[in-house]
Amino acid sequence: MAFESNVDIEHPVHDLRTEAMKNFELKGFPSKKEEAWKYTSLNSLQKIDFSIFPKEENALEYKEVKKYFLHEIDSYKIVFIDGIYSSYLSETTHDGVDICLMSSALTKPMYRPVIDVYFNKIASKDESLTTLNTAFSREGAYIYIPKNKMPKKPVEIIHFSTGNEASLLLQPRNLIIAEENAELQVIERHQSLTSNEVLTNSVTEIFAADNAIVDYYKIQNDAENASLIDNTYIDQKSKSAVSVHTFSFGGKLTRNNLNFYQNGQHVDSTMKGVTILGNKQHVDHHTLVHHIEPNCESHQDYKGIYGENATGVFNGKIIVDKIAQKTNAFQQNNNLLVSDKATINTKPQLEIFADDVKCSHGCTIGQLDEDALFYLQSRGIPKKEARALLMYAFANNVLASVRIPEVKARINKLIAKKLGVNLGFDL
Amino acid sequence: MLKITDLHAGIEDKEILKGINLEVNAGEVHAIMGPNGSGKSTLSAVIAGKEEFEVTKGSVELNGEDLDEVSPEERAHKGVFLSFQYPVEIPGVSVTNFIKTAINESRKARGLEEMPANKMLKLIREKSELLDIDRRFLSRSLNEGFSGGEKKRNEIFQMAMLEPKLAILDETDSGLDIDALRIVANGVNKLKSKDNAVIVITHYQRLLEYIVPDFVHVLHNGKIVKSGGKELALELEEKGYDWLKNEAVV
Repeated sequence: MAFESNVDIEHPVHDLRTEAMKNFELKGFPSKKEEAWKYTSLNSLQKIDFSIFPKEENALEYKEVKKYFLHEIDSYKIVFIDGIYSSYLSETTHDGVDICLMSSALTKPMYRPVIDVYFNKIASKDESLTTLNTAFSREGAYIYIPKNKMPKKPVEIIHFSTGNEASLLLQPRNLIIAEENAELQVIERHQSLTSNEVLTNSVTEIFAADNAIVDYYKIQNDAENASLIDNTYIDQKSKSAVSVHTFSFGGKLTRNNLNFYQNGQHVDSTMKGVTILGNKQHVDHHTLVHHIEPNCESHQDYKGIYGENATGVFNGKIIVDKIAQKTNAFQQNNNLLVSDKATINTKPQLEIFADDVKCSHGCTIGQLDEDALFYLQSRGIPKKEARALLMYAFANNVLASVRIPEVKARINKLIAKKLGVNLGFDL
Repeated sequence: MLKITDLHAGIEDKEILKGINLEVNAGEVHAIMGPNGSGKSTLSAVIAGKEEFEVTKGSVELNGEDLDEVSPEERAHKGVFLSFQYPVEIPGVSVTNFIKTAINESRKARGLEEMPANKMLKLIREKSELLDIDRRFLSRSLNEGFSGGEKKRNEIFQMAMLEPKLAILDETDSGLDIDALRIVANGVNKLKSKDNAVIVITHYQRLLEYIVPDFVHVLHNGKIVKSGGKELALELEEKGYDWLKNEAVV
């Protein structure tokens, strides 16, 4: 491989990159033989000859892509086009908080103390796709919220791919730090603008210090040939609350590796997801919550609706260490299969070493409730619309914890659109 | 309006209705009473068109049209309304949005334009006042977390909005305290006219003190074993159902 020519060997994280590259070469891409990848094959993606660094910069007009932004409200924006930062579409800030670029955080000396403490500290050193990202990523979002601060508005991180490359591999890298008592809301989206192949292998590290609150929303509604591997690592200190909502409606293959590490007491971790798939789409949610300290909570609620030939995976792992007494871990995964050919594999994995814990988990796979269907029909709503309305209600249930009303409204609309609910009500 | 002739219906080989004959005309209120398991709820579900039940013999006609092949939504469009004993919870869809959808679907089926928003709001206001319904209630998710009384009141609110020709109230009184019962009954009475008909299905005579029937029918073991005027309900209250069971055997 001839990437070295594109890599700055003087870079402060060069050693990390070299080590990561070594680890990746040792392991290679994960295969279906590995338990964690049993139901998700990357074979078809590996056959594609991806460009790793885009050859040229591409520009986009705001009006072309406005609909992908949360344009109803004001937000900070960190926007990338084919992996390259677009200052034209972005709005960054250094006013009391840092909402800017990973590349500048990695190169400018003033950020060095933060980088030294946080960069690549919670991300896995041996998970192969994470190491691949560590080795090659150059760009992403850098967000640093100091003690007691809260940005004036939410942050949107958006990656566009223009299709100017026949096939593109993107490796964004985000570092997000909320110091003590800080608060932050982030919306992340990957959007391909053509039907060309795109594979995004993203790594995000989130650090929430004592009492910090971070809400993270992932909107995965990409084009038909876009695939995403999302590796998110979250480190939480005492009394922090972090929530990640993942909305998976689009794309070809999506793999979410969401890892929470509770390194403090009275931590609250929330993972919610709505997945609605059709065609031959595939989504794999792998969650991990590691309860390391006592008196913490975790809440997981994933809803999935699978039609046509879609396939889904939910694998929720909860580890409760021996000292993590009084843990309260809740996990729920409910699925609707609305076609005979759709498949879901759901698997809770509980490893509990403490004896005074409350752990509940449940997964269901079912069809729509006939009594509910009859109720709607008896009010004059045709069967097809009634089915769509019930699916909408099933998925919508997860949105109660979304704290930005405009995000909630947007997701509601995406759900309604995806399900073909066209009942004319104001969402 | 409604003509049921020798109706036999059941579910998975089990016959529940065993030859029902019933005629309901516009302007009339009929009460169908009977012990648990007599087939009351099945009868209401069959009239509303629940596909789970199979009609094996006989017919249900609405204004001369056999309803056998007619879907539940088409029956609704033709003016049939069923107030459910156990209304279904639909999270994420407000009472207002639900009723708007239902009204506009019925209008669409009849070849009418959607109801203009201002007219819809006015109608909602009028009907909710009729049933003493709080405005905040209307923006809540349909039936989600509603008390028993709220659910029933919401059913009658939907009935008021949809203005059916034939309304079937299935155990609308169950789970209601006396005040809620009075409000619901009062609402039904105000909606009654010479052009529509109401079938009240109930286990107890209590509701019939407020919604006074023209006819009372007693259902037992899938058949109407006795019909009479409103005084029959009082008689049942006094004597229970056992004397009728014996009579039916004879």
